Amino acid sequence: MNNPFVPGAPRAARIAAWLVAALLLLALPHGLQYFGNAWVRIADLALLYVMLALGLNIVVGYAGLLDLGYVAFYAVGAYLFALLASPHLSENFAAIGAAFPDGVHLSLWLVIPLAALVAALAGALLGAPTLKLRGDYLAIVTLGFGEIVRIFMNNLDRPVNLTNGPKGIGQIDSVKFFGLDLGKRLSVTDDYDIPAVTLYYYLFLALVIVSIVICSRLQDSRIGRAWMAIREDEIAAKAMGLNTRNLKLLAFAMGASFGGVSGAMFGAFQGFVSPESFSLMESVMIVAMVVLGGIGHIPGVVLGAVLLSSLPEVLRYVAGPLQQMTDGRLDASILRQLLIALAMIVVMLLRPRGLWPAPDHGRVLEEKV
Amino acid sequence: MDILLQQVINGLVLGSVYALVALGYTMVYGIINLINFAHGEVLMVGALTSWSMIGLMQEAMPWAPGWLVLLLSVLIACVVAAALNFVIEKIAYRPLRNAPKLATLITAIGVSLLLQTLAMIVWKPNVKVYPTLLPSQPFALGGAVITPTQVVILALTAISLAVLMWLVHFTRLGRAMRATAENPRVAALMGVKPDLVISATFVIGAVLAAIAGVMYAANYGTAQHTMGFLPGLKAFTAAVFGGIGNLGGAVLGGILLGLIESIGSGYIGALTGGVLGSNYADIFAFVVLIVILTLRPSGLLGERVADRA
Repeated sequence: MNNPFVPGAPRAARIAAWLVAALLLLALPHGLQYFGNAWVRIADLALLYVMLALGLNIVVGYAGLLDLGYVAFYAVGAYLFALLASPHLSENFAAIGAAFPDGVHLSLWLVIPLAALVAALAGALLGAPTLKLRGDYLAIVTLGFGEIVRIFMNNLDRPVNLTNGPKGIGQIDSVKFFGLDLGKRLSVTDDYDIPAVTLYYYLFLALVIVSIVICSRLQDSRIGRAWMAIREDEIAAKAMGLNTRNLKLLAFAMGASFGGVSGAMFGAFQGFVSPESFSLMESVMIVAMVVLGGIGHIPGVVLGAVLLSSLPEVLRYVAGPLQQMTDGRLDASILRQLLIALAMIVVMLLRPRGLWPAPDHGRVLEEKV
Repeated sequence: MDILLQQVINGLVLGSVYALVALGYTMVYGIINLINFAHGEVLMVGALTSWSMIGLMQEAMPWAPGWLVLLLSVLIACVVAAALNFVIEKIAYRPLRNAPKLATLITAIGVSLLLQTLAMIVWKPNVKVYPTLLPSQPFALGGAVITPTQVVILALTAISLAVLMWLVHFTRLGRAMRATAENPRVAALMGVKPDLVISATFVIGAVLAAIAGVMYAANYGTAQHTMGFLPGLKAFTAAVFGGIGNLGGAVLGGILLGLIESIGSGYIGALTGGVLGSNYADIFAFVVLIVILTLRPSGLLGERVADRA
C-alpha cells in the first residue's frame, strides 16, 4: 500500500504528506470564501458532523452498541449552551435574573468541558437501562430515548419555561475567547478581514483534530481493546474478567461527550436552537455517516461524515435547473433527501462494509443473519 | 366513568391499527430477523393511494355509495402496497440477506426515507383531508360514543386477523412460513422455497399495513407523506411488547399499547395536576418499550431472548 500517511512509509514522505494536508485544511476556508460564505458554512457544519460521527463511532464502531438516539446528546449540549449563554434563563426565572441581570455568559474554556461532562452523564444515564440489550433491541430502545428527549424539548415550555417549546431559544452568544469574538469578523488589515464563519471553521477544525487524536489513542488503549472484545464476543469478554457493564457505560458516556461538545458548538454557531434540529432523522443520518464511511475506521467515519453532510448542501446549488424542469415539484430539499436515500441503499448494496472500511478487525459486522 | 369508557373505545380502535401493522413487523422479523424500518411507509402509501382512488372514483362514478368507494379504494391500496413491498424486498433486502446486519438496517432506513420522498413528490407535501365516506352520526354506548368508522375499523381488524390466522395455521403457505421461521435451512431441505415464503410474507404484511393505513387515515381524517413514521414505530413497539416473532403477541401488544396510550393521555393531565398534558401521548409507547425490554426482554408472549446481535 502506497499510503504516505501510515507509519510504514518513508519518514520524509510522511512529514511532507501531513504538511500538505495541514496546509490544505488551513487554506480551505479562504478558497471556499471566494465562492461565498455559504460554502464556508457548509464546511463548518461538516466539521461538526465529523465530530458527531466520531463520537457515535466510539459507541457503535468500537463497542458495537447500535445507538439510534445519539442526537439526544447533541441536543443536550446545544440546549445547555443555549440556556447558559442566552437571556432565556434570566428572563424566565426571577432568581437567576436577579443573580445574572445580563444573562450568564460562559467562556469557551468552561463551555467545552461542561458540555462534555453533562452529555457524558446523560449518556451514562440513558445507557444504564439498556445494558442487557444488544443489536436491534438496543437500537429500538435508544431510538425511543431519543424520541422521549425530543418530546420533552418540545413541551417543556410549561409549566416552567425551560426550553421555550417548539419556538426554540434564540439570542445565543457567539463563542468568545482571549477577547476574540468569533461571531464578528476579524480585521487583519484595512482591506482584508476574516469573516465569522472562517473563525468558527478554525475552532471546529481544532476540535475535530483533538477528537481524532482522542479516538485514535482510545482505539489502541486498553479500554479500546476491551470495547472491541465486547463487540466481538461479549460473553467471552466477560469471562476474561472484563467489567462489561462499566465498559459499556463508559462507551456511552465517551461517545455522548463528543455529541455534547458539538451540540454546544452548534448552538453558538447558529445562535438559535429548537427541537427541529434534533429529530430522529438527524440520529439516523449520523448512523448512516458512520456506516456508509466505514464503521470503526476513523478515516472512513470522517469521509462518511464529510460526504453525507456536505454533498446534500452542494446539491442544493445544482438543483435549481432540475426544479424548473419538473415544474417545481422536485425542489432542492426533496432532491437532496432523494439522493441521500438512494446513496444509503446503493452504497450498502454495493459495499456493505462501507466506502472505506477498516482493513482488518470487525468480525461482528460479518456475522450472518 | 364515561371518559374511561370513551378512552377504552378509542384505545381499542387505535390498538387495532397498531396490531395490524405489528403483525407485518413480527412476521418479517420472525423469518429473516430484519426490522423492516420501511413498514410504516407502506402504511402511508396505502393510505395515500386510497385517498387518490377515492378522489378518482367520486368523480368517475358519483352514484356509488360511500361504503363501496371506501371498499374499492382499500382493495386497490392493498394491491399497490403489496406490489411495492414485493419489489422492495427483492431489490433492497434480498441481496443483503447474508450481509452485515447493520448494512441491512441502513438499507431499510434508506428505503423508508426514499418512500417518504417519493410520496412527497407524487402527492405533494401538504396535509390531505381524508373524506368521511361512512355515516358520521355516532352511536351512543353507555355514556360514550362510537362512530360508524370506528365500528368498521374494529370489524375489519377482526376479519383481517381471522383470515391471517387461517392462512398461517391451515394452509400450505402458512405451514411453509412457520417452518421457515423455525429453521430456514431445514425448511428448504423439506422442499420449502424460502425466497417464495419471504416474498409472500412481505406481501401479506403490506396488505395488513395498507388496511391499517386506510383505517388510520379514516379515523383521524387526514393523510400525509410523514404519517407512516410514528404508527410504524409504535407498531414495532407493540410487536416487541407482545414478543417479537409471535403473531398472537403482536395483536395483544398492539391492543394493549393502544389502550395504554389512549387511557394514559386521557388521564395524564389529572394525574400530574396539569403539569403534563395530552401532548405527551407519544411518550407512552416509548416508556412501555423501555420498561418491557428491561424487565422482560422477550416480550409478553415471546420465547426468544433479546440477547441476539
